[in-house]
Amino acid sequence: MSLLQLKNISKIYGELKALDDVSLEVENGEWLAIMGPSGSGKSTLMNIIGCMDKPSVGEVILDGRDIAKESDKGLTEIRREKIGLIFQQFHLVNYLTAVENVMVAQYYHSLPDEKEALEALERVGLADRAKHLPSQLSGGEQQRVCIARALINHPEIVLADEPTGNLDEANENIVIDIFKQLHNEGTTLIVVTHDPEVGEVAQRMIVLDHGKIKTDRVNPDFGK
Amino acid sequence: MFFRMIKGAFTRQWKKMMMIALTVALGSSLATAMINVMMDVGDKVNQELKTYGANITVVPKSSSVVNSLYEIEGADTQAYLLESELGNIKTIFWAFNIVDFAPFIDTKAELGGEQIRLVGTWFDHHLELPTGETLNTGVQNLRTWWDITEGEWLSERTWDKDTDPVMVGEALAKRMSLHSGDTVTLSTLSGNKDFVVAGIYSSGDEADDEMFAPMDTVQLLSDKDGYLSSIEVSALTTPDNELAIKAAKDPGSLTISQYETWYCTAYCSSICYQIQEVITDSVASPVRQVADSEGAILEKTHLLMLLITILSLVGSALGITNLVTASVMERSNEIGLLKAIGATNGAISALVLSEIMLTGIVGAAVGYFAGFGFAQIIGQTVFGSSIEMKLFVIPIVAVLVIAVVLVGSLPAIRMLLSLRPAEVLHGR
Repeated sequence: MSLLQLKNISKIYGELKALDDVSLEVENGEWLAIMGPSGSGKSTLMNIIGCMDKPSVGEVILDGRDIAKESDKGLTEIRREKIGLIFQQFHLVNYLTAVENVMVAQYYHSLPDEKEALEALERVGLADRAKHLPSQLSGGEQQRVCIARALINHPEIVLADEPTGNLDEANENIVIDIFKQLHNEGTTLIVVTHDPEVGEVAQRMIVLDHGKIKTDRVNPDFGK
Repeated sequence: MFFRMIKGAFTRQWKKMMMIALTVALGSSLATAMINVMMDVGDKVNQELKTYGANITVVPKSSSVVNSLYEIEGADTQAYLLESELGNIKTIFWAFNIVDFAPFIDTKAELGGEQIRLVGTWFDHHLELPTGETLNTGVQNLRTWWDITEGEWLSERTWDKDTDPVMVGEALAKRMSLHSGDTVTLSTLSGNKDFVVAGIYSSGDEADDEMFAPMDTVQLLSDKDGYLSSIEVSALTTPDNELAIKAAKDPGSLTISQYETWYCTAYCSSICYQIQEVITDSVASPVRQVADSEGAILEKTHLLMLLITILSLVGSALGITNLVTASVMERSNEIGLLKAIGATNGAISALVLSEIMLTGIVGAAVGYFAGFGFAQIIGQTVFGSSIEMKLFVIPIVAVLVIAVVLVGSLPAIRMLLSLRPAEVLHGR
């Protein structure tokens, strides 16, 4: 059974259909890129997959649970246990150091473990910046802290929203390399992006347009 | 981690937290000041009213019955109290609440063809109590409103023993053209007697037409050595409540526990009752005007202070509401992120409330001491004395501050609960 199944979901805001009858399945360990122009419904889809929103219509089955039927508390629990979120704007807590930002996710999941948090930062190449505040880190470094935070609780899905949107090319490559490493380790990755370079390194890519899936294709060059 | 986050929030938002602490401090300082004054004001008002004279009069039982029947004040019913029992007043259960007392005996005398009332009393009498204590008491302390227009207060202890002193009321002195230092001859039942005018007073009441002389002199003139016609007592009392009113009518109607409560509380009626126990065949009764004034003033003062306390706390709660709501709005991204990574509403509410509570505790502590200072200013300005620090005010203020902080934070917490991570993180 697929890790994530979206069955004919729609998200309607008044007159606007942000998502229109979208169906999608994501397998365990798959690296999926969701692409499309602005207003195509990428962020709405990400919010629904990330359990931060519910569809107006349809079913979203994540690891056997229908999130459309979950309460707010249930969605919070799913986010905490199964999903790692990476944001374009990083969203680090600006009064906590890099390692403390990673530990925040541990704190709300189980117990903070500074050693494990430091290892997560080491994995993204930031061990030496652990005690720095976000304001003392570059954009690329902040994004890597955000990735370390997303990975610290070993989520079943890592969901990244425009992860390279605010990064220069060098940092973009670093982030892509981390994603490759995560994929090789069997992590399920869903990356929402409008950047073709990021989309094309994924194993599979769907393109949204006006809330509908316009293209769904497997990358023939993946892994080469 | 929890404390690191709280510490971080304090460091980052110190200005806002300081404003919240200041708002709480303002409310708690006013609450502390008002509650402290409110708790102390009973004694202060009592002391203040004591300057307006005695609040208990003691008369012989038969005289009291006649007075009650015919509503005659000062009727000569040929009944007397014993001077030897006077010291017993300071041996009752509420002895320490007896501030002053003075005995009275009066006789008729004639001066310049006019019949006048000559009153014998203690002026500044030195009394050796049966308990071994000593006490200086008399009308000098009881009639503080008397204005000495000529001469000085008669002092029994320093007056020349070769002459008999007298104090003359202003109206009488004017009619008889008397001045301080003059010698007057009074015709009494025991014959003529010369007195030296020690001072002339203005009392503003019927005493302006009377003369006051030392107790023993008048007792000799009226042939009532060792007897008194009345005693005036100034006592610190607790305002009457239902129990006191019931007991005043008939102490026998009380249950044993009610009786013990009443007897061991400084109600005017229980002090009267205890005085009657130690003065033979006496009736002690409150001077209703003073007792009622005390009750009415206290009630109104309490109400006013309660209103000020409530208003100050409501003001604080509104201030906290604004500040905490602004803080939550400013931190909506952070709160959204915490929710996105799995923090429950309860966990975030606990975090925000802990920050506000800690800030509130600091504010309350500062406010408590500032409030105590305010209380002293009120005490000195209004009552001319300090306000006693009452420890039980601390838990009361603590509970009020917690309630105010919680109520003040409610709108912000509601807002926090309604924040959706998708909306704040993606601006949707």
